[in-house]
Amino acid sequence: MPKDLIIDGKAITVEDGITLMQACEQAGAEIPRFCYHERLSIAGNCRMCLVEVQGSPKPIASCAMGVNDLPPNKDNSPKVISTKSAVVKKAREGVMEFLLINHPLDCPICDQGGECDLQDQAVGYGSGGSRYAENKRAVEDKYLGPLIKTSMNRCIHCTRCVRFMTEVAGVSELGAIGRGEDMEITTYLEHGILSEMSANVNDLCPVGALTHRPWAHNARPWELRKTESIDVMDAVGSAIRIDARGREVMRILPRNNDAVNEEWISDKTRHVADGLRTQRLDQPYIRANGRLEPATWDAALAAVAAKLKAANPKRIAAIAGPLAGAEEMFALKDLFHRLGSTNVDCREDGAKLDPALGRASYVFNTTIPGIEHADAILLVGTNPRLEAVVLNTRIRKRWRQGGLTVGLIGEQVDLTYPYEYLGAGGKTLTEIADGKHAFAAKLKDAKAPLVIVGSAAIARADGRAVLAAAARVAIAAAAGKNSAQGETWNAFNVLHTAASRVAGLDVGFVPEKSATTDVDSFVAAAEKGELDLLFLLGADDIDMSRLGKTFVVYQGSHGDAGAHRADVIFPAAAYAEKSATYVNTEGRAQMTARAAFPPGDAREDWTIIRALSPLVGHTLPYDSINVLRAGMYHHAPQLAALDRVVPAPADVISVLASGKGAVKDDAFRSAVKDFYLTNPIARASAVMAEMSALKKAAGKQAGLAAAE
Amino acid sequence: MLLEDKDRIFRNIYGLHDSGLKGAMSRGSWDGTKFFIDKGHDWIISEVKTSGLRGRGGAGFPTGLKWSFMPKADARPSYLVINADESEPGSCKDREIMRNDPHLLIEGALLAGFAMRAHTSYIYIRGEFIRERERLQRAIDEAYAAKLIGKNNIHGWDFDLYVSHGAGAYICGEETALLESLEGKKGQPRLKPPFPANVGLYGAPTTINNVESIAVVGDILRRGGHWFAALGLPNNTGTKLFQISGHVNRPCVVEEEMGIPVRQLIDEHCGGVRGGWSNLLAIIPGGSSMPLIPADLCQDLTMDFDSLTKLKSGLGTAAIIVLDKSADVVKAIARIAYFYKHESCGQCTPCREGTGWMWRVLDRMSRGEAEKSEIDKLFDVSKQIEGHTICALGDAAAWPVQGLIRHFRPEIEARIDAYQAAHRQAAE
Repeated sequence: MPKDLIIDGKAITVEDGITLMQACEQAGAEIPRFCYHERLSIAGNCRMCLVEVQGSPKPIASCAMGVNDLPPNKDNSPKVISTKSAVVKKAREGVMEFLLINHPLDCPICDQGGECDLQDQAVGYGSGGSRYAENKRAVEDKYLGPLIKTSMNRCIHCTRCVRFMTEVAGVSELGAIGRGEDMEITTYLEHGILSEMSANVNDLCPVGALTHRPWAHNARPWELRKTESIDVMDAVGSAIRIDARGREVMRILPRNNDAVNEEWISDKTRHVADGLRTQRLDQPYIRANGRLEPATWDAALAAVAAKLKAANPKRIAAIAGPLAGAEEMFALKDLFHRLGSTNVDCREDGAKLDPALGRASYVFNTTIPGIEHADAILLVGTNPRLEAVVLNTRIRKRWRQGGLTVGLIGEQVDLTYPYEYLGAGGKTLTEIADGKHAFAAKLKDAKAPLVIVGSAAIARADGRAVLAAAARVAIAAAAGKNSAQGETWNAFNVLHTAASRVAGLDVGFVPEKSATTDVDSFVAAAEKGELDLLFLLGADDIDMSRLGKTFVVYQGSHGDAGAHRADVIFPAAAYAEKSATYVNTEGRAQMTARAAFPPGDAREDWTIIRALSPLVGHTLPYDSINVLRAGMYHHAPQLAALDRVVPAPADVISVLASGKGAVKDDAFRSAVKDFYLTNPIARASAVMAEMSALKKAAGKQAGLAAAE
Repeated sequence: MLLEDKDRIFRNIYGLHDSGLKGAMSRGSWDGTKFFIDKGHDWIISEVKTSGLRGRGGAGFPTGLKWSFMPKADARPSYLVINADESEPGSCKDREIMRNDPHLLIEGALLAGFAMRAHTSYIYIRGEFIRERERLQRAIDEAYAAKLIGKNNIHGWDFDLYVSHGAGAYICGEETALLESLEGKKGQPRLKPPFPANVGLYGAPTTINNVESIAVVGDILRRGGHWFAALGLPNNTGTKLFQISGHVNRPCVVEEEMGIPVRQLIDEHCGGVRGGWSNLLAIIPGGSSMPLIPADLCQDLTMDFDSLTKLKSGLGTAAIIVLDKSADVVKAIARIAYFYKHESCGQCTPCREGTGWMWRVLDRMSRGEAEKSEIDKLFDVSKQIEGHTICALGDAAAWPVQGLIRHFRPEIEARIDAYQAAHRQAAE
């Protein structure tokens, strides 16, 4: 039943069940707050949001008071609420003063300066001076790991960090000890926080108590140029904001996107920023006498063009790595096709996916917001906590609401929510697919079941059989069920780990006979000397030692395994330095934006391929990225639907399910062995290396998979 | 007129007789309990309402009304929680009940539990009360053994009673912090609403009552609500355990009628103020959190909720702390301020930061080391704490300070003058 209120003299009707704070905001009143955060539980402890309610002897904390809970007036007239009265003003000034008496006046040396809630609200709601003449409290700083710098004198005890770690991240590592003014936020034992989400507490901290250690004292927020972009560290495609000063990316922060990451990002997404500065390829190289020698673009392009022209089109191949954008994959595929070769593959890990079957066979069909409707989830060969941190958080969020059953086949790890451990390997999956396992009945009874297949499970030799079995489970589970919108429920989901994967499959960056020809066959051919040229588009995770004497071209941003083996290196832009399309695991196309320029002579990827094309006699017909995109959209129209998920027809799942072959009983392994070192940029980051070492040291005791 | 022995509820408050089941029964406990239960839930509540019993924990909320807030039909279990975390400085009544008359409490718990349809009750006992817990537990064991409580007891209402031992934090006497502590969490008050009668212990409907409120229920039912209502003053009915400590000749706990004049109470039961009534400086009427009342207002003061509220103080737990003229009243209040600073849970801002501020200023003031303008500042700070916090501890910390400034400003000013006079030369 809607409720009538009079807020600051304005009559307003608000919906049932919202808080007084939300009602006040709907009426256009601004309510200051510190502890309240819309994605965390309500603590009501900062007392900054006090408002005056007629008939109540005391001002009321608006964040914690539901409009339903307001006692009705005797004559049933609307409640009169004031957010600007003298009482409210005085109360706010009082709270502000209390917060500030023990808060150090070190704004000039505080990293939060310029984006500090306390600073802003002190100006807006504080009184002019201080009446506090006693000594201020001194609190020892705590060690919370390499990502979080603490300055506990500044803490205002809002407990946002504690609530975030317990509720969202799902690790009870932060807490408050002590009482009264001696209360302190700590990890109890002062060890580094072992959560992949830990750095989000720095964003949540309304003051400078928790700040980012890796970029401490490096820049002031007002000096930074802010660019809204997309993360490529995993296949979730979190919305990020890249802050750059001059040529340098200084930091990466999350952006709000309810459909994908809400407002969280993983520690890797955030702190990979220093990896963008180190190990960069900033000029072309040509291998001469066994050594990589610096070269000009002309020489490097000419050397590759000569090899390409001389080679038999059947004896050339290209592999795209996890960070490649759709544009460069489209251009490279286009060039190879013009050269007469279809030997291109984006399935670097050997995933047995076939885009010819249709899009529903290789995306996360239920979508990430769809997880919130799920009541039963089967995880097959995946550890979402490491493979898609933010998505795992969404499953945890759903679990916290109650009524969710999770079953896991694969590695027995801590997912931050409880699950039924069904088994390690293919036998269990086959049993469920055949309906012989108890969990099959649970999926059947669920209103909105989900089957999530990990990318490592489908990259095995029996990957096609795994896909078929998972599809059979999904079909049986979804039979006769509809989504909230009335569409047929599609329970089949593939959880990718490579940001490039779905776009690669969308633009058809796969061999013509994708079932028999793949990355493995390219490498095997190279090993046997049957390959003249291998073009690595940022691909570093294949076995370079097997490439024999093949002429290897590496185009990428970082000096990693691929560059080490290459005969010619084309230095290219990293994801923060180009506008490129990435499609996340749901099939949601999103575009990055250029936050800084690539270093030295490095160029945006598609322009390198375009520059190579006339030298091999097949000039690509696009001189600008817009023309390229027009061609790409013509080929794969779903890429034009930016930021949206176009539901893929679900009927292909039954084709997938008809796949032959038996699932082997080998144990499933997660695609991510070391969360902090999954791609060339992360491997170049000192912060990620430190986190990896910390986790290895501590993880064994905690029993985390990353310790292996 | 002092309370007559025939109207006394706590007949073994001094532990002169057997505190066990046999002794308690000889004093009338457990008599007719089954009869009251057979009369039904609503009869008990209406009888308690008739008695006009107001909660004995400090706030004085009508007990019968509180019980009637409990849902009559709910899928969740109902809980009765008895607050035995008696930590207010000056208060020492519940411990006497628990160690000398525990069966009054146990019988009351059964009756109250039945009235609010609770099959389970917890007694949350203060951490320092070791012997009291042992006595209480022994009495509960006796009651179980005699099938007075427990499953399939002779009263026909399954009722389990558990004693939970606190860890000694003052804040755990706040009813929602008590629930948190009982659930095994850090004792910090919850936000209200929702109130415990709706969402309480383990998310189920819960009523939290003081030990004394529960312990008097048996006798109220035995002798009728009207008997209880006839004692005391209108709206302040019944008998009450008063606890007098401080500068009196014989500090004591005594059961008296509500509304007894404080002078009579002190003179008749405590042998008078040390050095005679004229040596009285002030009393703190209801435990340390209540604002003090100077001697000139004590002359005709009656001890009940309403008359003390009129003086901007309160009956609280009826723990009277007497200060004679030898007492350093500023230092005394500074010590109380230190207590609240020490016991603040730290959850919400005004209390966490403000209690320490008040103590520090008062500590200086007790030596005269302050400016006169700071008196008003201190009063303002206490007003900024009062009413702005989650629980009442903020109020409890602010009131004594306000009482001091309201009644003893000249004393503080004189002290500041003296200090400044003594230090003038040093400044020159």
